[in-house]
Amino acid sequence: MKLDELQSKLLAAAREAPPSDAVPYAFEKRIMARLTARARVDPVSFWNRMLWRAAVPCLLVMLSVSLWSFLAQNGKGGASLGTELEDAVFAPAYAAIEDTW
Amino acid sequence: MPLNLALAVAGLRPKIDVNASGQTPSQPEAESSDAELIEAVRSGSVSSFEPLIRKYQPRVFATARRYARREGEVEDIVQEVFLKAFQKLHTFRGQAPFEHWLMRLTVRTCFDFLRAHRRRPEISFSDYSEPETDWLQQLASRDDPFPDDAAMAREVVQRVFEKLSPRSRLVLTLLELEDRTVKEVAELTGWSVSLVKVQAFRARAEMRKCLEQMLRRREL
Repeated sequence: MKLDELQSKLLAAAREAPPSDAVPYAFEKRIMARLTARARVDPVSFWNRMLWRAAVPCLLVMLSVSLWSFLAQNGKGGASLGTELEDAVFAPAYAAIEDTW
Repeated sequence: MPLNLALAVAGLRPKIDVNASGQTPSQPEAESSDAELIEAVRSGSVSSFEPLIRKYQPRVFATARRYARREGEVEDIVQEVFLKAFQKLHTFRGQAPFEHWLMRLTVRTCFDFLRAHRRRPEISFSDYSEPETDWLQQLASRDDPFPDDAAMAREVVQRVFEKLSPRSRLVLTLLELEDRTVKEVAELTGWSVSLVKVQAFRARAEMRKCLEQMLRRREL
């Protein structure tokens, strides 16, 4: 027998035996219990979700600032952002050193 | 911001059923239509979802049993379908019957299940039972299938389908076992009509190859 004929016969025979549509006892109660459990507001999970949702915008802001600082640095050709930041952060320390001299 | 709206933004639902007017809704009547029940669920009445589950769960169970063998897996699939349906109910536009929308969700969940379980070690042909291979050999040698062999045919088809790729299994189940049209399969799966046709062609070839290997091993 050809394989395609065997395949057709097999599938035709299988079609005659559809699977059972029996439902376990009170299955809908189980789903409703899950839904109700989900519905309860848990402050920790709420905070967790909000943090995860904020992660993408924060990442975008970080990338935008990085890009902006990179372009600004290349455009002006002046002191780098890193140098400027270092000067700003260590300004009080430099002032203290100058005072001691 | 109202509590319902704030919780909806956060992806949560209120603990108690509160409808749009701020009142606790009454228990939905048994004869409520799907549209009424869906509207009630959307308004915040979680309990209105239960009649929908009761009504459609036999259909979802029957579909899930085509893709999973163990009863525990079937129950997990059905549960996931209804949890997804509840979460995504706001996307149901009501242009087609709710049953169609739910069956689309069911088929896609079953497909996800097949893909997720694809990494399991494959069943070798030596795992086929003797009666199954004997029966297939007899079927190949006779002109008509036996009148009372549908259950065995389903068992053998399940075994062969386990060897197929998830896409092939899905498309053959829908086209051949559920006897759906190409257009219906396209709507259920979200694939184009031409993709369904190509996939069906490949799936039939894949199945023939499996049958050939099975018969060859039987002869050895």
